[in-house]
Amino acid sequence: MLMAPKEILKIENLTTHFYTWAGVVKAVDGVSLEVKEGETLGLVGESGSGKSVTALSILRIVPRPGRIIDGKIIYKGENLLEKTESEMEKIRGKEIAYIFQDPATSLNPVFSVADQLIEVIRRHQNVTKEEALEKAIELFRLVEIADPEIKIWSYPHQLSGGMKQRMAIARALSCQPSLLLADEPTTNLDVTIQAQILELMKNLKKKLGMSMILITHDMGVVAGVADRISVMYAGRICESAGTKTIFYNPLHPYTRALLEAVPNIAMKREKLKIIPGAIPNLVSPPSGCRFHPRCDFAGPACVSAVPPLVEIEPEHYVACVRAKEFSGKLPSRS
Amino acid sequence: MSTEMVLEVKNLVKHFPIMSRGVFLKKQVGIVHAVDGVSFAVRKGETFGLVGESGCGKTSTARAILYLDPPTSGEVYFEGQEVGKIFKSKNKQEILKLRRKMQYVFQNPYASLDPRMTVADIIMEPFAIHKHVPKSKWYDRLYELLELVGLENYHAERYPHEFSGGQRQRICIARALAVEPRLLIADEPVASLDVSVRAQILNLLQELQRKLGITYLYISHDLSTVKHICDRVAVMYLGKFVEIADTDELFSSPLHPYTQALLSSIPVPDPETKALRIILPGEVPSPINPPSGCRFHPRCIYAKEHKCVENAPKLVDVGRGHLVACERMFS
Repeated sequence: MLMAPKEILKIENLTTHFYTWAGVVKAVDGVSLEVKEGETLGLVGESGSGKSVTALSILRIVPRPGRIIDGKIIYKGENLLEKTESEMEKIRGKEIAYIFQDPATSLNPVFSVADQLIEVIRRHQNVTKEEALEKAIELFRLVEIADPEIKIWSYPHQLSGGMKQRMAIARALSCQPSLLLADEPTTNLDVTIQAQILELMKNLKKKLGMSMILITHDMGVVAGVADRISVMYAGRICESAGTKTIFYNPLHPYTRALLEAVPNIAMKREKLKIIPGAIPNLVSPPSGCRFHPRCDFAGPACVSAVPPLVEIEPEHYVACVRAKEFSGKLPSRS
Repeated sequence: MSTEMVLEVKNLVKHFPIMSRGVFLKKQVGIVHAVDGVSFAVRKGETFGLVGESGCGKTSTARAILYLDPPTSGEVYFEGQEVGKIFKSKNKQEILKLRRKMQYVFQNPYASLDPRMTVADIIMEPFAIHKHVPKSKWYDRLYELLELVGLENYHAERYPHEFSGGQRQRICIARALAVEPRLLIADEPVASLDVSVRAQILNLLQELQRKLGITYLYISHDLSTVKHICDRVAVMYLGKFVEIADTDELFSSPLHPYTQALLSSIPVPDPETKALRIILPGEVPSPINPPSGCRFHPRCIYAKEHKCVENAPKLVDVGRGHLVACERMFS
């Protein structure tokens, strides 16, 4: 009998704030999500919605003046927020690996690629330099870099953007992590290279049986890669559901507005529906539902109370007070 | 026929020399072939799209057209006048007159606004330069422009840092429109903006075109916005055009293998669409040493069957104004 897959990561009420001179920036404010074993979760949102801070919080590498002030991050049954720093060091890179958005700045320019890979491998595995180098070359083969024996001795500036990202993926995979956090891995790449990298990541995930959180602002990228999607807006999750549900039956007004604002290759040319206004300032975010000033359906209840993330249908979580009222279908906008 | 063409570009070439390091003895050690012989014409009132991946020469083409970087060779005609001739004549009056007709919206609204000038100063600076608005009417015109791009009157006294990316791009558009141009070159105007704001700017550009009848040259790497806003599209690869066609025609029946691969690699925001992705091998070669013959041949799946290594294909009309540069079309 098939068992329902266990969750590998469960985040409850994560709250990460940044204490700046301008005030407390509530970058992540009560985020809850889960990743099941072997699945890819797409974390979608516009810039400044708290996607990256959520991912950084999982590894507890939020830069100052940010601090995780509340919540639970349960990875394989253990709360990462209660671990000591030395315990965390064993998890970072080995259990949970991170691919950063900009491969150009996440690689050290003064060390060759081989040195950087060997460092990671020797840090977590008890091997000699020679063995580590062999493993590194093997990894280069895995991420489909031609002539790995030669290319591995190059420095980051000698590699193109796509190659750097392959190298960053190789580094992240070097210790066979169970969970991969990929933060906008293809944003800086051209479309043809993006297609290459996405295909590579999909194949590798299947081959190695990892779970993955894919952070992106591009609805097109998640549509092809993710099994489930969580949509973030202004530091909170507004909707979590399977990929098809998110695309065909979104219940949160923001999710739908976001989908309608993207010009679609398959769509006919017409006026794009816009979301009025701009993303709110997170030092003093709007009260209640943070989307209410830009929402077409906002009522008095939206202004006064924070809507909790409720399971409206099985496996479909929505944080909107009027979600039930829409009874499974959002009315079209004027 | 040519009377309705606003812009005609003939065999435009833009090369950048690479100089060796040194103070006294600088030698040319190479050439970047940024743009290598592109020809096209833009009709009055249309939006002509220029698509390609980074480094393929889109921006270099646009800058050469406006003489911001004088082209290495080739001719650009704007409303029948040769642009190069006017700039070479050094007749300031004539140059200003031409500049008024062609304006540029830059890619990055964070870098293209002077942080020490207020919005009013920024938008009214063209009035001072071109003197086409009497001084008493400056403020009326300013408020008109602000309204046109969807900003409020009180925004005029603020500085650029007080605005979001989308609003800054509106200011840039207002500044470009201040001189009532006939042609607006928009260089990736929405690339640095968020999805929800991107739609606002795209709608604004379309609305302005309807109201003012401006012609756009729209440069982008994002094919989905190009499909949305452009009437005709040219696809560029490594300094050359590989295909020009009407938008619908290009997106429904692309003929060049590069265009086909480019279109198939766009992620479609629809989980049901399992598009047959053509994954191109390798990367874009360096424009310092471009491949011989067809520049796409090292990555092309059809290249072996034809003489793509030796013969550089020319753009040929295959009907309905659809131009393709590929050997495969004729064998």
